[in-house]
Amino acid sequence: MNTLPKRLSDRIRLDLEIIADLIESDSRVLDLGCGEGELLAKLTAEKRCQGQGIEIEDVNICACVEKGVPVIHADLDLGLNDYPDQSFDYVILSRTLQVVKRPDFILKEMLRVGKICIVSFPNFGALRVRSHLFFRGRMPVTRNLPYQWFNTPNIHLLTIKDFKTFCRTEGIRILKQIHLGSERKQGIWPDLMPNLFAHLSIFTIEMARNAKPKTD
Amino acid sequence: MQDKHSVGLVKTEYYTFADPPEKFRLENGGKLGPVTLAYETYGRLNRNKSNAILITHALSGDAHVAGIHSAEDKKPGWWDFMIGPGKPFDTKKYFIICSNVIGGCKGSTGPTSVNPETGNPYNLDFPEISIGDMVNAQCHLIDHLGIGRLLAVAGGSMGGQQALQWAVAYPDRVAGVIPIATTARLNVQGIAFDVVGRQAITGDPKWKNGDYLNRGTIPSDGLAVARMLAHITYLSEDSMRKKFGRKRQETNGEADSVADFEVGSYLRYQGESFIRRFDANTYLYITKAIDHFDLTEEYGSLEAAFGLTKSKFLVMSFTSDWLFNTAQSKEIVQALNVGHKDVSFCEITSSYGHDAFLLPNPVMERLITGFLRTLRN
Repeated sequence: MNTLPKRLSDRIRLDLEIIADLIESDSRVLDLGCGEGELLAKLTAEKRCQGQGIEIEDVNICACVEKGVPVIHADLDLGLNDYPDQSFDYVILSRTLQVVKRPDFILKEMLRVGKICIVSFPNFGALRVRSHLFFRGRMPVTRNLPYQWFNTPNIHLLTIKDFKTFCRTEGIRILKQIHLGSERKQGIWPDLMPNLFAHLSIFTIEMARNAKPKTD
Repeated sequence: MQDKHSVGLVKTEYYTFADPPEKFRLENGGKLGPVTLAYETYGRLNRNKSNAILITHALSGDAHVAGIHSAEDKKPGWWDFMIGPGKPFDTKKYFIICSNVIGGCKGSTGPTSVNPETGNPYNLDFPEISIGDMVNAQCHLIDHLGIGRLLAVAGGSMGGQQALQWAVAYPDRVAGVIPIATTARLNVQGIAFDVVGRQAITGDPKWKNGDYLNRGTIPSDGLAVARMLAHITYLSEDSMRKKFGRKRQETNGEADSVADFEVGSYLRYQGESFIRRFDANTYLYITKAIDHFDLTEEYGSLEAAFGLTKSKFLVMSFTSDWLFNTAQSKEIVQALNVGHKDVSFCEITSSYGHDAFLLPNPVMERLITGFLRTLRN
């Protein structure tokens, strides 16, 4: 995860800018896989939020602590046992859904702990990805998905359609969706046909009022 | 040659308070006085008195945490790599204080001190001491130094228990708390080891019901065994394998069931050197304080214990520490989380077992350096 090409790290920052705009001031925010804590530092400084990060890499934990961002060393695959139900206003999972062992489990855990959850992920249904597989017959390697099949941490790739279907069957309400095209921008095409033209999507979700998160 | 990152020559100082009849009140209801604390300080207290950091020591530690006592002194203080100019506890920025705990045998009032009422050492007449008493005594010292609010309290093992106790007992008097490889209540496995250690001491015929100092002897065998046992709990299987393996030791043809393995002669050396620097009764008192410390029992729940704290926390554990393991640190972190406290936690990779906090580690050093910089006092 530390070997991301530099140009991609600019893109992550943009992704975080958009997420930051979605968050109300003075909120309690839990950022899962918070990396070096840029988002939480921004939310604390600009929106007086109370942030808490969860991170697995010790170098990232050091970077968070240096920024004054509270961070807990934990493995998301083990769930959010340490956190009571509905104890955060927002729970964020930025570009990490496709990396965890059980995305369904972590999404349900997020919805248990947070009132509103924000999830962003690279869209595997994007035309560029599809054509890569279709024409070259090989696993796609793109800007958003820069790894080879044998070394990718992205073990659960999904499309926007997959995500929406999952939400429908699990009683999860989608509050907002933002789709970014290839030029890292929102645009007509990603908005019109996101599953074909969005490269990265950001969803704001909550548990539908009469639905309870099911656990396996 | 002068090391520019060393605090250099240092001197132990003494502060005495609670002269009778104004005795020091203990948590168990008893009273003790006068009380002397041995302490050392490094760096300079700033004008606002806002840069003071208290270091709290573990079971066999003392006030001498950094620097050397004389030019010939070969061994610096017990956390010298952490404290000094340019080090994590940077003496160019911070005023560092470390005192020997009450009940200790390194210059503070403890079982070996002379009871003014009898003219003899207290021995087992010394009252039971708790982690809370250690912290309350430190607070007297902090008051004496004119410090209202500490920038931080940091310590490992029993030192970490004291750091937690500071946050709980004096929520307004400490900005940052750094509990390392510690627990809010020792698990039963840890208690079991301490029980055996104490049994080794009290089962030694030379212990003389604790009166050995008046009888011109010391329970050296029992104390050595207690230390050997404890020392095993401070290492990991991995670190022992790397250090000794199953290597045999030359025994000059004599049968020696302890020293025929290298690990045996190492442990024996640890036990023997401990006899020279530590007192057996003190070992009983301090291990009991560690065992009895239980914030959950005292406050009903750990969340309730931390209810009033306003401190920021940096909690650290080590992967190979099975004595004060990560689960015990996580218990602290979870309680702080539930109370919406400002807490960071890292389980640091190390193969050195519980002893890891006493050894240089780049992650621990970077975390402490970074955390201290974010504290405001």
